[in-house]
Amino acid sequence: MPTRLLRSPLSALRLWLLVALALCAFAQAALAGSAELEQGIALIKTNKYDQVEEGVTLVASSRDPRAVGLLAALQDSDLYLRKADGRLFIATRSDAGYDLIDPLTQAPAGTAGKRDLKRIRINNRLRSQLRTAVATLNLTHPEASVRLAAVNEMLDRLDADSLALLRDLAGDEKNAEVRAGMTAAIALADLNADEPARRIEALDQLEGNLHPAVQGGIQRLLDREQDEAVRATAERVLEGLQFKRDLYGFAETLFFGLSLGSVLVLAAIGLAITFGVMGVINMAHGELIMLGAYTTYIVQQLMPEHIGLALFLAIPAAFVVSGAVGILIERGVIRFLYGRPLETLLATFGISLILQQLVRTLISPQNVPVANPDWMSGSWQINSVLSLTMNRMYIIAFCLIVFTALYLVMRRTSLGLQVRAVSQNRAMARAMGVRSARVDALTFGLGSGIAGVAGVALSQLTNVGPNLGQSYIIDSFMVVVFGGVGNLWGTLVAGMSLGVVNKILEPWAGAVLAKILVLIFIILFIQKRPRGLFPQKGRAAEG
Amino acid sequence: MTKTKRFASASALAAALSFGITALANAADTIKVGILHSLSGTMAISETTLKDTMLMLIDEQNKKGGLLGKQLEAVVVDPASNWPLFAEKARELIEKDKVAAVFGCWTSVSRKSVLPVFEELNGLLFYPVQYEGEESSKNVFYTGAAPNQQAIPAVDYLMDDLEVKRWVLAGTDYVYPRTTNKILEAYLKSKGVAEEDIMINYTPFGHSDWQSIVSEIKKFGSAGKKTAVVSTINGDANVPFYKELGNQGLSSEDIPVVAFSVGEEELSGIDTKPLVGHLAAWNYFMSVDTPENEAFIDTWHGFIKNDDRVTNDPMEAHYIGFNLWTQAVEKAGSTDTDKVVEAIIGLETPNLTGGKAVMLKNHHITKPVLIGEIQDDGQFAVVWETDAEVPGDAWSDFLPGSKDIVADWTPPISCGNYNSVTKKCSGQNY
Repeated sequence: MPTRLLRSPLSALRLWLLVALALCAFAQAALAGSAELEQGIALIKTNKYDQVEEGVTLVASSRDPRAVGLLAALQDSDLYLRKADGRLFIATRSDAGYDLIDPLTQAPAGTAGKRDLKRIRINNRLRSQLRTAVATLNLTHPEASVRLAAVNEMLDRLDADSLALLRDLAGDEKNAEVRAGMTAAIALADLNADEPARRIEALDQLEGNLHPAVQGGIQRLLDREQDEAVRATAERVLEGLQFKRDLYGFAETLFFGLSLGSVLVLAAIGLAITFGVMGVINMAHGELIMLGAYTTYIVQQLMPEHIGLALFLAIPAAFVVSGAVGILIERGVIRFLYGRPLETLLATFGISLILQQLVRTLISPQNVPVANPDWMSGSWQINSVLSLTMNRMYIIAFCLIVFTALYLVMRRTSLGLQVRAVSQNRAMARAMGVRSARVDALTFGLGSGIAGVAGVALSQLTNVGPNLGQSYIIDSFMVVVFGGVGNLWGTLVAGMSLGVVNKILEPWAGAVLAKILVLIFIILFIQKRPRGLFPQKGRAAEG
Repeated sequence: MTKTKRFASASALAAALSFGITALANAADTIKVGILHSLSGTMAISETTLKDTMLMLIDEQNKKGGLLGKQLEAVVVDPASNWPLFAEKARELIEKDKVAAVFGCWTSVSRKSVLPVFEELNGLLFYPVQYEGEESSKNVFYTGAAPNQQAIPAVDYLMDDLEVKRWVLAGTDYVYPRTTNKILEAYLKSKGVAEEDIMINYTPFGHSDWQSIVSEIKKFGSAGKKTAVVSTINGDANVPFYKELGNQGLSSEDIPVVAFSVGEEELSGIDTKPLVGHLAAWNYFMSVDTPENEAFIDTWHGFIKNDDRVTNDPMEAHYIGFNLWTQAVEKAGSTDTDKVVEAIIGLETPNLTGGKAVMLKNHHITKPVLIGEIQDDGQFAVVWETDAEVPGDAWSDFLPGSKDIVADWTPPISCGNYNSVTKKCSGQNY
């Protein structure tokens, strides 16, 4: 019933092209490599998926050193056809249009307007073909790191040609790491060898190699292997791999848990001040986080050229914006409602709705795009199994920095001292000359400002939209209540442990059930210890 | 949990107060059209655009001289992403405003909520979003895709063209993904896919921490067989999902993700670099090059006064639904529900992808199925499409309970769930 629409051959054009190419090839038989390159380029210029595919094969098999640049550009969708003369260029966006580079010589080739060029389209099949092709060509790259990446890339997609090439190259390879990679690739291919002894030898070489292709290869070998000795070796190697995998898997889960935990701590720590220390149930806390995220967006819009710098500037900006809104809320509404928690709850909930709708009306009901700087994307590859994503590592570090800063403010500054004094005994603090109204406003501003800073961090992980705050408000209260009201350490420990527990439960219970289980656990825990993990001691706790 | 519920009803109340009182117009000489889309709350992100689309279509129709010599008048209400409020608003539209037809709803749960109201009051609803099927009501016309017009062809494409052997069915935890995945699971098994080659995973609405799930998918995909993810993940949970895929180094060549709920509108809010090459299955893409589509996009940009706004699949569904309705009203010479329901069956109208949409006896329409690859400008490049329109099938052939059931609203059957084996219409109205 369905057909491959875009793969339908344009027979006439294609035939003509092939004839032309054949003639061309005949004429230049002496220069076989460069002729293949030329033919390949001609096919790529057709901009039809199946012909580009043939073209890429030809360009790759030319083994011409100039081919890598061309194929890499095609892989990144940077290869364009100039409509006027049908030449290929690598084009990068500039203010006026495009800057052109010649794909073979890599020399600058002037500029072009936006409408002068047509991009060479690629699809997934081509992308995967290009990856292998570029990797094959990169096996002889002067940089050892590029060669290593190329070998790892090719490990599970070796054909006879590239295997032969690898065998040639492995002997001359100077870099130990790259040589080990090449040996592994050859060993992986040798799993298919006819003699059992060679298969066992290959298995021995693969022992402890965590590349996913290795496990798949050995698994496939086990499925068809008849020879008992080979089977035994394969099973032993596989078991060793599995053990290592489990070990790293556990480390990974721990990392996931800590990173989820630090998100929880960031979202909750502002609340730990306003709710924990001041006792205000602030339902608009989530919206203060949202305002911080929107501030990041606006700062980025103001300086689109410097996304990374904008992110750093957004931290103080978000602190000021959310802090100011927080002080406004405190002075305008909450101060009239101290001691009446139910009214505070309703009033702040109303404020949260107002803030949400305000953002919807003023900015957009749609989510807004907040860009990630390049250093936030990607991951730190420790080995083939364990890789830690960069953005999560920054979030963990950021969370610890914010926590430390806040802790120092509360413990080492006079503001912190006054806050603690007022929260422990308002009347006595006032008698000692503390202006409690001012302290209330500043404390609330501090808690709100920290919520804004959390918003900057969350903008890098999740969607920035009017509903951002709602998804964190329940989690935040959960963390603060679990940790013990009025205790920063409690918030940190509670957030981190809830994160880890959630991530340990998630693989076997599913994301939905894991959340429910955590909630039930907290409810039971609160029944046993109503004051949370770290109950506040002293007179305030009684009241 | 009760807290959330209380918030929800509070917000509903607020919304009802602010939006409930809509134009009390001098009715007699206009035909009223109800628009039932959330303008606030979670679903506002998707539904606001559909409200604007309807306003545009009505505006265009009025410029052409209206309908039956009368002007059309839009009645906009805001059900505020609150499912029970949808039913109240629907009742208000039909009873108080006396609208001739209602265009609205997005989520399946909102449709299920208004369904009894439309059947009780004999109203007309045009529902524009792809859904899980297993339903056919006399009073509802489904202009979005049924599973056989989106999910099944997409799986066929992955199986035949990309030679996928191992499947991850990932979805948000509610009725549409659960039913769709049940159908897909049955379909995959009927094609000989083994139990251990299918992984099913559900996440809550708005899930944002995808680390462990993506890591599971990565492990699942490293078993040496080509793996793909079929995603019924809804709304904005997709963004962190794709970001995590990118960060953990899973590219679209390794493990392609084909999504049923990610369209141009969803992509317009995000940085699409990490998504390039992933797939989506729809019945319409903004990038489709036809004169009808070009005209539609131009009208849309003119109406919304912003050339950066995108068009998407549910907008096309409203376009088709609205045109079929106006045709049916003209044919029947009246806006009376029973006459329109009778007149509309078999009518056809051009869709925006160069084909025709025909209203079928089961109240679904014919649609082409397109698979597109996400590009770095947030648009889709079509990589595959069916060679003809696929008729929508209300009751899936791959679920044991619904295999024998057909929907046919023409005499002599006139039933939404007629069992072709026992020759009986079930007691339900839908």
